[in-house]
Amino acid sequence: MATITPDETDTAAETDEQVLDEERDAFVDKFPTEARLTRWTFLVAFVALGIGGLFGLIQALHRTGAFRGFVSSADYYTILTGHGVLLVLVFTTFFISGFFNWAITRSLDRGSVDPRVEYGGFAMLLVGTVLAAVAILGGLFDSVPLSADVLFTFYPPLQAHPAFYIGAALIVVGSWVVGLGWFRRFWAWRKNNADERIPLQAFMVLTTMVMWYVATIGVAIEVVVFLIPWSLGLIQTVDPILARTLFWFFGHPVVYFWLLPAYLAWYTIMPKLAGGRLFSDPLARIVFVLFVLLSTPVGFHHQYVDPGIPEGFKFVAMTNTMFLLLPSLLTAFTVVASLEHAGRQQGGSGRLGWLKTLPWGKPAFSGMALAGLMFAAGGFSGMINAGMNINYLVHNTLWVPGHFHLTVGTAFALTAMAASYWLVPQITGKRLQLRGVAAIQPYMWFLGMTLMSNAMHRAGLIGVPRRTAEPQYEAFNYAQTVGGYGEMRIQIALGGTLLFVALVMFLAVMFATILAGKGGNLRVNSEFPEPLSGADDAPKVLDNLRLWAVFALLLVALAYGFPIYSMIQSGALDPSIPAVPVSLAGWLPI
Amino acid sequence: MEIHRYEKAWFVAGMVLIVGFIATIAYGAVGPGIAMVDDSGGTVGADPIANGNWNSTDAFREPGVYRTGENSFDVYIVAQRFAFNPGTGEPVRLPTGSEVTFYVASADVMHGFNIAGTNVNVMVAPGQVSEMTARFDEAGTYGIVCHEYCGAGHHDMAGTLEVVPQSEYDYEAANSEQREQLRTLQGGDR
Ligand code: HEM
Ligand SMILES: [Cu+2]
Ligand SMILES: [Cu+2]
Repeated sequence: MATITPDETDTAAETDEQVLDEERDAFVDKFPTEARLTRWTFLVAFVALGIGGLFGLIQALHRTGAFRGFVSSADYYTILTGHGVLLVLVFTTFFISGFFNWAITRSLDRGSVDPRVEYGGFAMLLVGTVLAAVAILGGLFDSVPLSADVLFTFYPPLQAHPAFYIGAALIVVGSWVVGLGWFRRFWAWRKNNADERIPLQAFMVLTTMVMWYVATIGVAIEVVVFLIPWSLGLIQTVDPILARTLFWFFGHPVVYFWLLPAYLAWYTIMPKLAGGRLFSDPLARIVFVLFVLLSTPVGFHHQYVDPGIPEGFKFVAMTNTMFLLLPSLLTAFTVVASLEHAGRQQGGSGRLGWLKTLPWGKPAFSGMALAGLMFAAGGFSGMINAGMNINYLVHNTLWVPGHFHLTVGTAFALTAMAASYWLVPQITGKRLQLRGVAAIQPYMWFLGMTLMSNAMHRAGLIGVPRRTAEPQYEAFNYAQTVGGYGEMRIQIALGGTLLFVALVMFLAVMFATILAGKGGNLRVNSEFPEPLSGADDAPKVLDNLRLWAVFALLLVALAYGFPIYSMIQSGALDPSIPAVPVSLAGWLPI
Repeated sequence: MEIHRYEKAWFVAGMVLIVGFIATIAYGAVGPGIAMVDDSGGTVGADPIANGNWNSTDAFREPGVYRTGENSFDVYIVAQRFAFNPGTGEPVRLPTGSEVTFYVASADVMHGFNIAGTNVNVMVAPGQVSEMTARFDEAGTYGIVCHEYCGAGHHDMAGTLEVVPQSEYDYEAANSEQREQLRTLQGGDR
């Protein structure tokens, strides 16, 4: 049935003139069950992205004072909780579930061992999302006795309705179950292919999931052992610093759970879209293994300015964090080298001339490339955050959302949108619609984010706080810097509006595509050219997932064992700190 | 496994960068002595902070400014939804050029304590005392901002720090006014 040989995949198969007489060979035709799951997860992800983005617009307008008519300042925090949870918990997890489900199916070339596992995980994700969303949105209506205005970090002793914590727990457990389905496929594949190298995309999916299982231990303990019983009134108190420590145990590696799927796209899909091939498969494997090892023992860098944590622990986390730069620097090298190779293949020459021959009009390519570019900028501001002492200047200021809208908000989100332009046709069997809108959408996002993010960074430097409905105070003024605070506010409001427009454009393309009729040949396919340096050049030990999992756990035990032990020694299990429900009016006695 | 020449060079450059970062931070800690916030403030029960039983704890004192030497001060501040005591009702007053140690404790939920545009930036967690030392060389009014979400009135939680030239600073006057203010706050609406 295959109509395209690997070597012709570059651009030929994707031009409009090319007419393929043969039967079309779409992912959806070969793996209908897997394609359906990915369609469902994408659908939920896109809905979450739309609602979350609308909330983002409301925030950008409200906190800059541009327009405050949507919600009261007290309800701002309900919106902000919704924005955080819908985007970084729901949108990401659903999109990644679907995307990885495609990647592992394609890469191992086999469907699910038992689809009930993956679909069961999806059901848990969905129920969890509904519970959390209802608890959050209940905060907007006085008549609904639910509330969860605790933001996506839910630090106790602020207390949400139990439905919120149970929903969050289900989302995490659902992702575990979906991942289990992928591992079962891998084990089945291993039986028949004992000596083969793990195909690259499968390798990336599995290593990311190993990291995810290790990382989520922290938040699972926090929510299941402490917050759920506490919100149900079964235990009286939770130590805030212990809870924060468990949260950030998970809270840093979770950013790699978002980033690594983007890396998967940049390593494997983007070179092909550019008309070339991956530069080095072994290096890609090394990068993913480094993430498995180093992602988790760094969480204290989010607690540099927390009381109750000795400086030594913070210093160790800082050192690990800095080493965590390495795999991202290596990625920058490989990705740029692959693109340069592609550009030269298309006849580009000169030091930067190869850039011109890349397919900037294709939204799947331009989206990923722009996302990568923004990630480089986000990486720089991240290095600042990681510096323990410079962190004093930026901690909890608007600098921080300025930073992560470049990383998760663009490196991940824009890559996900770009990948969708290319993947949704393959999982639906329908051609991409509104191609003109799609072609400019990534540039729109890039422009909006440039405005919003740079102004957020600068506002942070003069001390404007994040997570604040009205960061204007009567008694003092923010320092006047270049352009002044007024100009920054305009840029944030304008940038946020452009971002929302870009989001609507993306959703329009997606829903037009989903609703379009089937038929005709697709312009895209999932065949990938061989890397320049293939898997056979990579040391075999890289494929030993069990080994890396053990090492990762060991490092985590080293980094967290003693700090948590000493917190417990100093009474963290019996802190006697009263809970503060976020909404007393809406509090249901249980 | 073969590694491209440029790849090797890039790897080495990356490692140099990373080690360089760590070295500058380590130097910052031991050279100019940029101390990190840590567990030095000690722990404190929720009760003394919420109810003002200052005598029942060694880790904290009645909120206010205390002169501890010719040129050094301790400042005790309680963060409580949605005010700093002192700071919100009455500004914290300090002279230029003195060494100031802040002790901040929370009476209810997580708060932040940030003197806008300066290095004074800590989390305030119930059960802990956040200790942090600073120096203000420039006279002026500084904003104190709660930068951790603490509830529906979070955006109203701010205060001021007035730094006056050393020659104009009157410790007794600044402080008695403050105590007065605090007493009314305590009896007030919280
Ligand atoms: C239409 C596009 C978007 C706009 C206009 C927007 C705007 C904003 C603004 C203004 C804030 C700061 C609110 C505050 O601290 O008071 C914020 C926070 C945040 N945004 Fe976005 N955003 C957008 C898209 C995204 C995306 C795509 C993601 C992630 C995938 C994201 C993740 C976050 C997170 C995690 C926060 C922090 C929430 C918190 O502090 O609890 N945003 N956003
Ligand atoms: Cu982090
Ligand atoms: Cu606050």
